[in-house]
Amino acid sequence: MTAAQKTVDAALAREFGLSDEEYGRVLTIMGRTPSLTELGVFSVMWSEHCSYKSSRKWLRTLPTTAPWVIHGPGENAGVVDIGEGLAAIFKMESHNHPSFIEPYQGAATGVGGILRDVFTMGARPVANLNALRFGSPENPRTRQIVDGVVRGIGGYGNCVGVPTVGGEVNFHPAYDGNPLVNAMTVGVARQDRIFLSAAAGVGNPVVYVGSKTGRDGIHGATMSSAEFDENALAKRPTVQVGDPFVEKLLIEACLELMATDAIVAIQDMGAAGLTSSSVEMAGKGGVGIDLDLDAVPQREPGMTAYEMMLSESQERMLMVLKPERTELARAVFEKWELDFAVVGHLTDTGRIVVRHRGAVEADIPLDPLADQAPIYDRPVAPLAAPEELGPIHDPIGLEQSLLRLIGCPDLASRAWIWNQYDSAVGGQTVRRPGGADAAVVKIEGSEIGLALTTDCTPRYCRANPRSGGAQAVAEAWRNITATGAKPLAVTDNLNFGNPEKPEIMAQFVAAIEGMGEACRVLDFPVVSGNVSLYNETRNPDGSTQAILPTPAIGALGVLSDVRKTVGLALPKSGVLVLVGETGGHLGQSLWLREVLGRETGDAPVVDLEREKRNGDFVRERIAAGEVTACHDLSDGGLLVAVAEMAMAGGVGCVLQSAETGIRPEAFWFGEDQARYLVAIEGDADALIARAKAQSVSARVIATIGGDGLTLPNGATISIARLRSANEAFFPGLMEA
Amino acid sequence: MKTGIVVFPGTNRERDMAIALHGVTGRKPEMLWHRDTTLPDLDLIVLPGGFSYGDYLRCGAMAAHSPIMREVKAFAERGGHILGVCNGFQILTEAGLLPGALLRNGGMRFLSQDCYLRVETSETPFTRHWKKGDVFRAPLAHGDGNYACDAETLAELEGEGRVAFRYASAGGVVDASDRASNLNGSVNAIAGVISANNRICGMMPHPEDLVDPLMGGVDGKPLFDGLVEALVR
Repeated sequence: MTAAQKTVDAALAREFGLSDEEYGRVLTIMGRTPSLTELGVFSVMWSEHCSYKSSRKWLRTLPTTAPWVIHGPGENAGVVDIGEGLAAIFKMESHNHPSFIEPYQGAATGVGGILRDVFTMGARPVANLNALRFGSPENPRTRQIVDGVVRGIGGYGNCVGVPTVGGEVNFHPAYDGNPLVNAMTVGVARQDRIFLSAAAGVGNPVVYVGSKTGRDGIHGATMSSAEFDENALAKRPTVQVGDPFVEKLLIEACLELMATDAIVAIQDMGAAGLTSSSVEMAGKGGVGIDLDLDAVPQREPGMTAYEMMLSESQERMLMVLKPERTELARAVFEKWELDFAVVGHLTDTGRIVVRHRGAVEADIPLDPLADQAPIYDRPVAPLAAPEELGPIHDPIGLEQSLLRLIGCPDLASRAWIWNQYDSAVGGQTVRRPGGADAAVVKIEGSEIGLALTTDCTPRYCRANPRSGGAQAVAEAWRNITATGAKPLAVTDNLNFGNPEKPEIMAQFVAAIEGMGEACRVLDFPVVSGNVSLYNETRNPDGSTQAILPTPAIGALGVLSDVRKTVGLALPKSGVLVLVGETGGHLGQSLWLREVLGRETGDAPVVDLEREKRNGDFVRERIAAGEVTACHDLSDGGLLVAVAEMAMAGGVGCVLQSAETGIRPEAFWFGEDQARYLVAIEGDADALIARAKAQSVSARVIATIGGDGLTLPNGATISIARLRSANEAFFPGLMEA
Repeated sequence: MKTGIVVFPGTNRERDMAIALHGVTGRKPEMLWHRDTTLPDLDLIVLPGGFSYGDYLRCGAMAAHSPIMREVKAFAERGGHILGVCNGFQILTEAGLLPGALLRNGGMRFLSQDCYLRVETSETPFTRHWKKGDVFRAPLAHGDGNYACDAETLAELEGEGRVAFRYASAGGVVDASDRASNLNGSVNAIAGVISANNRICGMMPHPEDLVDPLMGGVDGKPLFDGLVEALVR
């Protein structure tokens, strides 16, 4: 039986992901049994993916304003003032479920979707980043997923001509059945040319542009709002197929039209396609909308209204135009050989009316569809206490620990991945991946630079979601600071398990509290974001595996003079100064995991006032031109950071002994926060004195020079040996 | 020097190229649309990088048959100078303006990283600012850059000194069997070739992305400086 012949009842509603209570609301709103198309519209609009019904209550607690915020959450992407009349527009979004089912297309269309969120607001995309979490390297499927995801991101981004400049990768068995693909796009627009999605002007034409509509991705948003079970791979038909070439044409055509005054409102057709774009545009504008599906460009014959409204075919946009500019707009899209069709008009009815082949297939009041969307205050369990750290001993010594750490999956060189992403296209990439703590791109035609990063340490979030949430924000802020840029704002991509489980909600709520506090103290508001729940896999025996709580933070900072930025490569001479206090925190550290094989202890404490003090100090010294290179301390701690700077510069250094009363492995591999390494070629004493005056701890930790890393015990590890340890993992996993 | 850059649907490095040309010539290049059937007065036409028409067929195969390419061929017949980079090189081979073909990279993956090029001749307008044997760095970004041609063509190219650039190690050593330097597996490590009349050059790496110290160096700039010196009227 095809969908079109199905009887609409509570059972079908459940199949579409609506609870009986939610279906009851539909009946009340409609005053009758809805048609299949209407049920489809309700089910996608009220899906977790589109409605944020489990998360909205908590998202509201996040700080979203600052003098430089032009548009916060609620638009297609966040917009911040970067000076000279320009705005940066950015957002991060997940494509987790599709990327497990079909890694190449899942990741590719994730990139395509987030690009559209940004250029729909009038911005030319200038950079892509992606935060990836994969299962255990030992799991045979991991290699296949890594391969597909990396090819998909590259295949889309390289063709569309937007440089992929950064991101992060973790491996953990908790992601075996549910990898995370979080894609971020950053664009730049003139502040007076920003386009919003609220429709206006009764009678104005509603125009469809881009690719034709096919039967792909139907109910993708609903699929993303449920756990996986052993039949997950059978859901492949719900995954969309991307065409980066059409996306490139769509970018150029939209930007060309946006240079005119033709567009009243515009929105991309993302999750839930024509349904969500038309409902959201009309709803935000407080108008009604009539759609004539016979006019929709279709890839295949015989599509029903239900299929067209629910299709998630890619590379499509919906616009409201000024009527007198319709033909001008048509000419632009015909020039770029894209479909252009007037598919409806705005009304004053406050309803969405969908007509197809002479029949009204849907007629829904818009206000209740939005206002009466369910919001849940899900039960929250008390947080579990972190596991005891347990006894510490160092069985292998500093040298072997360092080599093991820089070769481990979470710290090994990512060059194998970066080398498949075009990071230079556009000619504005100042720091390519690995060159600095954050990627730096110049804004063409100005001296402004943007510093961009994504960060999260999921193992911290599992041990202590509140500290972990704060740490993700703090690390992003540090990474931007380490380039010399001023951190401006963040986009969040909150990846968690099933929110109907109180212990998962506990993680979610605590992580948001931690993030919110960090954002407030660091003056680093959240301007856009995305929530991905139900990241769990159901095993055949009925048990479930949730991912580690992963509130990925994408962040943006600005340099008014991009030429003042610094990277992380050691210069040929000078000293290395450690800024910040070292307490030797080994709980949840990579050293503990890689050397002692344990993931125990609490996450490191995040002292936000100290973060701010130390970071502001470092940024000021970079701006003053006193710092040649800078690197923040994070995974693996101090010695790993020194090794990374040495490998990047091809220059060694002689480390000074710790003499702190802290165990050597805790001093060198502890993951205390709020710390940086700065390379100083000039007067280090003056810098240290200034730090002291500002209540910032700073000390010389190494003398730069030579071709190896000389440890306090006198042993020297050559740069070549460091590199070979660092570079082995990915080729070994992927090319063997 | 008056320059023009051809824009096909899917071209994506036209802006990089425009910045590089603007930097050396002091004037903005003309952007030439793929459907154009006439050309302005030009000294140099550049076919830039990208994915013309999506490159879902063989790379450059559709672009080679676009309306503007009839004009580009006529320009070549009149003795005009043409530079094709990356997708532009692929298009020049598909259009028959340069010999050989660009196959899928040897490792079957898209490659995006810096490579080193050894200059094989300074006797061209494209390479006159280098000395033979000079080594420079350039980013490459392609899935299909594995240069191939038949033995006869190869002998001709080598015999006539028409190999402009070869992939090399940072120290300038060329070894076609070394995948660490000859990243895409090109025959004789060929990265760029020159036409018989010395006026058309195709190359896979991107000199236009390395013309500003801020972006990591100026290794690519001599190519553009040389062109200005050769072609300025």
